[in-house]
Amino acid sequence: MQHVSPIREPLVTGGKTYHDITEDVCRQVEAKPNARWAAALAVALVGLAIFIYSTYRTLWFGIGEWGLNKTVGWAWDITNFVWWVGIGHAGTLISAILLLFRQKWRTSINRAAEAMTIFAVICAAMFPVLHMGRPWLAYWVLPLPNTFGSLWVNFNSPLLWDVFAISTYFSVSLVFWYIGLIPDFATIRDRATGPIARRAYAVLSMGWTGSAKAWSRHETVSLILAGLCTPLVLSVHTIVSMDFATSVIPGWHTTIFPPYFVAGAIFSGFAMVLTLMIITRKTFKLEDYITLEHVESMNKVIILTGSIVGVAYITEFFIAWYSGVEYEQYAFINRATGPYWWAYWSMMTCNVITPQLFWFRSIRRSLTATFIISIFVNIGMWFERFVIIVTSLHRDFLPSSWAMFSPTIIDIGVYVGTIGLFFTLFLLFAKFFPVINMFEVKAILKSSSEVKHHPNDAMHGTNKDSHTNTHP
Amino acid sequence: MTKKFVLGIYDDEDVLLQAIENVRAAGTKIYEVFSPYPIHGIDDVLGIKRSRLPIVAFLCGLFGMCFALWMQIWMLGFDWPMIIGGKPHIALPAFIPVTFELTVLCSAFGMVITFFIVTKLKPSIKVNVFDKRSTDDKYVMAIEVKEGVTDISALNNLLRSNGAIEVNEKEVIK
Repeated sequence: MQHVSPIREPLVTGGKTYHDITEDVCRQVEAKPNARWAAALAVALVGLAIFIYSTYRTLWFGIGEWGLNKTVGWAWDITNFVWWVGIGHAGTLISAILLLFRQKWRTSINRAAEAMTIFAVICAAMFPVLHMGRPWLAYWVLPLPNTFGSLWVNFNSPLLWDVFAISTYFSVSLVFWYIGLIPDFATIRDRATGPIARRAYAVLSMGWTGSAKAWSRHETVSLILAGLCTPLVLSVHTIVSMDFATSVIPGWHTTIFPPYFVAGAIFSGFAMVLTLMIITRKTFKLEDYITLEHVESMNKVIILTGSIVGVAYITEFFIAWYSGVEYEQYAFINRATGPYWWAYWSMMTCNVITPQLFWFRSIRRSLTATFIISIFVNIGMWFERFVIIVTSLHRDFLPSSWAMFSPTIIDIGVYVGTIGLFFTLFLLFAKFFPVINMFEVKAILKSSSEVKHHPNDAMHGTNKDSHTNTHP
Repeated sequence: MTKKFVLGIYDDEDVLLQAIENVRAAGTKIYEVFSPYPIHGIDDVLGIKRSRLPIVAFLCGLFGMCFALWMQIWMLGFDWPMIIGGKPHIALPAFIPVTFELTVLCSAFGMVITFFIVTKLKPSIKVNVFDKRSTDDKYVMAIEVKEGVTDISALNNLLRSNGAIEVNEKEVIK
């Protein structure tokens, strides 16, 4: 048993027992859907319908339905792609990197955060595929022999690296998530009363019994997967940033991009985790598992990554001036004072200024403030990608080809539609899957929970002695 | 053929760990211990050896790396050489990302598939859980009763004296 300092705040409040955890998490899986959930799903399905319609228009009439022009060939599509991939990164950070750092607070949020990763990557993948124009030839991105229609793919291209990075990221994250779900599916299976539920969860749990040998292997597999996912997640956004950085467009051709993109990805991802978790804990009454301590810890990550992003913005600007390259200098002056100044300053306000409010403990621990700031960060990070992509492209080397980009209704529809797709998937997950990792929370319960039987101790993390009394 | 098991049910992990040590010290072979979550230190008292899955992961990763390098070098260097941006046909630095991704992919999938096979996890409707509470909040120690033995009171006493809150019998058709 590990020692936990008594000044640490408890990670599970309300004096829960092991059985309480099972009950609290399985409740919404077993109960009939509540009205709030159904209403939320209805809204998400409207979004999904918008997505289907906009995708149909894009496929049937071609990407001329979007607002792209000869000068701005990448706009909302790639902005949305990078935004969604970035959001996904927080899930892997929580489940893999924090596991390696042995951060116990990850246990109650990792399940939902990993689900978020998977759904976000699904949404992200829609954009490059739709942008291909002829998605039915999407298999041309795979290294297939020339008889399939294309030459061997170009392994020197970051766009191809992206294909490998995103598909590896998606499949490894899915496996990691599923490995963690197996024991919890077994718990639901063993409680299930209906024949359909029992069979469905039996199949999903793959016959898990929880034997000591299986747990030993399960822990090994989780640890190795965490070790693999850690460099993987860093590589994914590095490669995404190289889509830009290896080109020769002023504003894109910078060596700062990989770390800057990774920090931004984690920043936006944590904001989305907070947005989702604040809603989920309220809707499913999980306040004892996702506590203010969790919210505060995530807010600290937001300050750190938000500040890295802020320093990166300033560094970029400084280097543009210091480089002495007039095109580079113009690209940055144009960002801040050109026709897209409002996008640049929205980005600066939302990403650099608002997260600094988290230096105040009261704001860090306020759910309302956290929720609002998390939305600001989501918006700011979308603008960051928009600024990088559109403002660097719209005024290129020939002033005669300068142009502005404005989105069409279909552009907006595809973007709003992926949000609908994301929430549809997330709501289905929240209803039918255990949103909290039961076995990991049970594993930390003894060392990190609040014990009700000791009134003097109640607000502190408890030590071994007080546990011996509560668990005779 | 039916096998008979005696199940000791425990409700505290520390009591369980002590019980495992005592039962093993008494010369009784433990068939299996089931718990709702991984218990720290149970591997040592049960004598479970460290899993060799990391070796599988390493070998699969090594295979993935070699395969990725071979694929890129052969395709762009030998099968259909093209001049791309004036770079050499075999531009190794540019091959690093794909090599890395395939290393991770093969390593992860190789290890997880091996894990499913050796742990005998597969999708099936049939479930062989001895006591359903072991996926909720109880720990179950299963001891196989030798053929011909009908009196289990000795086992019962052994388990109860070591803190079992319940002792049950269970027959399993193998």
